[in-house]
Amino acid sequence: MNEQSTSTGTPLVKRGLAEMLKGGVIMDVVNPEQAKIAEDAGAVAVMALERVPADIRVDGGVARMSDPEMIEGIQEICTIPVMAKARIGHFVEAQILESLGVDYVDESEVLTPADETHHIDKWAFKVPFVCGATNLGEALRRISEGACMIRSKGEAGTGDVVQAVRHLRTITGDIKKLTQADAPELFEWAKQLQAPLPLVQEIAQTGQLPVPLFCAGGLATPADAALAMQLGADAVFVGSGIFKSADPAPRARAIVEATTNYNDPAILAKVSRGLGAPMTGIGMDELGDLKFEDRGW
Amino acid sequence: MTVGVLALQGAFQAHIDKLNELGAEAVEVKRPEHLEGVDALVMPGGESTTMSMLLESSELFDPIAERIDDGMAVFGTCAGLILLATDIEDGRPDQRSFGRLDIAVQRNGYGRQVESFETDIATTVTDESVHAVFIRAPKIVRLGSDVEVLAEARGDAVLVRSGNALGAGFHPELSKSTAIHRLFLDSVYN
Repeated sequence: MNEQSTSTGTPLVKRGLAEMLKGGVIMDVVNPEQAKIAEDAGAVAVMALERVPADIRVDGGVARMSDPEMIEGIQEICTIPVMAKARIGHFVEAQILESLGVDYVDESEVLTPADETHHIDKWAFKVPFVCGATNLGEALRRISEGACMIRSKGEAGTGDVVQAVRHLRTITGDIKKLTQADAPELFEWAKQLQAPLPLVQEIAQTGQLPVPLFCAGGLATPADAALAMQLGADAVFVGSGIFKSADPAPRARAIVEATTNYNDPAILAKVSRGLGAPMTGIGMDELGDLKFEDRGW
Repeated sequence: MTVGVLALQGAFQAHIDKLNELGAEAVEVKRPEHLEGVDALVMPGGESTTMSMLLESSELFDPIAERIDDGMAVFGTCAGLILLATDIEDGRPDQRSFGRLDIAVQRNGYGRQVESFETDIATTVTDESVHAVFIRAPKIVRLGSDVEVLAEARGDAVLVRSGNALGAGFHPELSKSTAIHRLFLDSVYN
């Protein structure tokens, strides 16, 4: 058979993995034991990190990329994709993660930013990137830098879903408005959003982002996951919400079931039963000054 | 004629869009009652371990197996191919499959995501070249004698057929090519 050359690291290949994660739950894990629990519970991927956001919040100090040894320990035990976080703008951490063969890099506001002006040039990598966003303009700037998946930032480590809801609604609400705008209004939208005009025009046509939109930041219960899905998320990240709860394995499993059956209240009621205490959490109004969502430009 | 697309997790919407583009009615299958009125079934890409677990908890596994036994045409891509294979290498011990294609597959057989690739392939079923996207794809490492190879890439079988089951290691739903979905729909119409 006549065969042509093969290409790796293309936009289609990078976005393709995000397509495969749709309808699934990506879980934060800090060691191989938790990774095993996550995979057993039906996670579609794990995020390998040294401390979950709730602990980063409590500990303070500088939060950086995880130790490669720890990431490799999780890669060895998992058959599902393994993601890891790099600091905003820290392209060398991203280079290291790519060389480890992680399946997705999260350029994450949960870690302490390394650059106060520039995000990573994500087109320069074969490994795909996910980035957080609080609004459509931020999402489009990240996509123009090469992000292959956008997630709401929410407010990680709080167990409070309110910011994730705000960010999702802001992004999807503005997309709806774009589809109603005429050509001169789209020029103005591009200025307001501080985003490239061709991307704004494309979204006005298609009514959706050119990459999948996932929800992250503060999800703690099966109902939270279903809420995100009903609000238009393609999949969910659950960070501290699983392993900071009283009984992680059944909660993880229940959140997986809820993400698939997000439109079925009877199933949601069934899987929400008897899960023990969720993470205690911190309400947004008692949070103080450390807001991860303000990081990123 | 209605094609069901298993919608427990993964790239099911891309399959629905592709089937609609070809004029077929496509519906999501999440629960046993959704199988009623479905003439064929697509199993999409995604995480096969997640889908295997959700097939059990949704009580879909046995009804789907019965329908395939009754002759329903079924098409699996990537994770869907794994769900149709008789043997899964590097799978989880509790991972179930329908075993309708007598092949052994190695999960993530081409490596991690940075090794994922796209390429044009030739097939025995159409003259046109098919653009094939492989995402952490399963590799077919053993072929049963009754399994027909319809396309190869990098020296491995990547599109196979046996009886009413069609399987692809790649993602025809992610590229502009429609040839593979047309091949499946032809088998349903005839």
